Amino acid sequence: MSDSSHAPTAACPPASAGLPCRAGVGYKFQHFDELGADPDPPAFVEVHAENYMGAGGVPHAQLTRIRERLPVSLHGVGLSIGADATPDPAHLDRLAALIDRYQPAEFSEHLAWSTHDGRFLNDLLPLSYDAATLQRVCEHIDRIQARLGVRMLLENPSTYFEFEASTFSEPDFIAAVVRRTGCGLLLDVNNVYVSCCNNRHDPSAYLAALPLSAVRQIHLAGHAQERLADGGLLLIDNHGAPVADPVWDLHARTLVTIGPTATLIEWDTDVPAYATLRAQARHADRIADGIHGSSEGMAA
Amino acid sequence: MTGAVVQHEFATALLMPAMRVPAGIRDGGGQDGAHDQERRFAVHRNNVVVSLVDALAATFPVSQALVGEEFFRAMARERVQADPPRSPVLIEYAQGFADFIAGFAPAASVPYLADVARIEALRVRAYHAADALPVPESLYRELVAAPEVLAAARMTLHPASHWLRSDHAAHSIWLAHQGLEDLASASLDGIDVERAEDVLIVRPAFEVVVTTLPRGAIEFLDALRAGQILAAAFAAAQAAVDDLDSGALFTLLIQHDLAVVVDATLEP
Repeated sequence: MSDSSHAPTAACPPASAGLPCRAGVGYKFQHFDELGADPDPPAFVEVHAENYMGAGGVPHAQLTRIRERLPVSLHGVGLSIGADATPDPAHLDRLAALIDRYQPAEFSEHLAWSTHDGRFLNDLLPLSYDAATLQRVCEHIDRIQARLGVRMLLENPSTYFEFEASTFSEPDFIAAVVRRTGCGLLLDVNNVYVSCCNNRHDPSAYLAALPLSAVRQIHLAGHAQERLADGGLLLIDNHGAPVADPVWDLHARTLVTIGPTATLIEWDTDVPAYATLRAQARHADRIADGIHGSSEGMAA
Repeated sequence: MTGAVVQHEFATALLMPAMRVPAGIRDGGGQDGAHDQERRFAVHRNNVVVSLVDALAATFPVSQALVGEEFFRAMARERVQADPPRSPVLIEYAQGFADFIAGFAPAASVPYLADVARIEALRVRAYHAADALPVPESLYRELVAAPEVLAAARMTLHPASHWLRSDHAAHSIWLAHQGLEDLASASLDGIDVERAEDVLIVRPAFEVVVTTLPRGAIEFLDALRAGQILAAAFAAAQAAVDDLDSGALFTLLIQHDLAVVVDATLEP
């Protein structure tokens, strides 16, 4: 939609479910006081589930306070959906307990693997996109959604290379997963940009191949870049910088297509002052207002 | 070629820098047709090892200051490569690092390092431990007023309380690094590092407190945590220490809000 209607689109959920279609920020412990004192806080915060898997203490006390005031998006980084092994039942139990306790507006995880042979590698590792992987990923997502009792959002990855064994393009693979499992899509626009640059694809064509009607949330983050020996650029998704201008542009073009959408600013390394993070979220809101009109009076 | 083979080869190559990049990676070719699989795969090698080394460095700032950043990161890297985490919940990964340090030959010249690391690991465990409400101080007064009830009482100690015995002055060394802008500026002058210290780590509400324990306290607390009655806990401490100050042990419970449940019959 390209007019300035305030009417919710498919991406904008009813007030009782999903995230508000405005900008939120990734929550960092060191921002607790400033976030709490912010008279105009971001529309929601996202937390990494694994940081709240201790039994008690400050992390839960903080998240309880925040949840009283703001919608929360629960974002997993350790479920390893793409691994050979089925998702760890103990980890699913921990996620189920968090979902029960905090009633997040969304739960999301990555199209990636991070565990192997009982070991956790603390990175989002790439998959070959073939029929066997598709079958495995869909089975894992079915199992996760059944255990957690929620429709999860699947995030598209940042990739640095592709596999010769792949028979699907990444967006075609994601479309097949969404169709088979009914999961939603967490569209990481920075990841689209990074993967397309690194693998020499056109980001617009990539986006056009995705099932954009399934997008329930957008991620934006900064990336780093290195010069390869062959003169090409390698972009690295490090969540350690402001959102890059070409990513803002791609985000704006995406919003024109899909309508108002909950948009998260992620900044996880070299974490800036709260004001800097908040300013990035305000910028996202200004872009959305420029496309869809001001959100004044829009129910969050 | 099954997925299992690919992921196994991939995971192994991530942790072994000398191993070649797994086969089957397609990087599209550079502008001049050249390929750069090594550099591309190195993004993941770097993510895995550096992120886990960073996580250890963030948990063990005093241990790092004691040996310097370069030595610490090399030691942490060896641990990450030899023994990657077993869970995505990295709180637990800190716990095994002190044992790794104790067995790490190049660190043997700093004999107190492993115990300082144990304090830092237990601080993390206490920080994330379950919440519990300490019993009110008035309950201790009621117990003292009824010695036979006190002797037969059992206590559940706070889940965020831990203790350790060090053959070195681990607490004094740790304490010398607190409140400094630059941890490397800490001085161990005046600390007899060979003096053994027993250390208590507690978190009655939200703040983690680290302090030294009087002699006999470890035996006393071990007995209470094992579910023994107070009389038996005092006896265990007595057996370990000739001139036991049992009043000091009882005060410890009150001072650090250690009891969260007291199982006692207060009726005469």
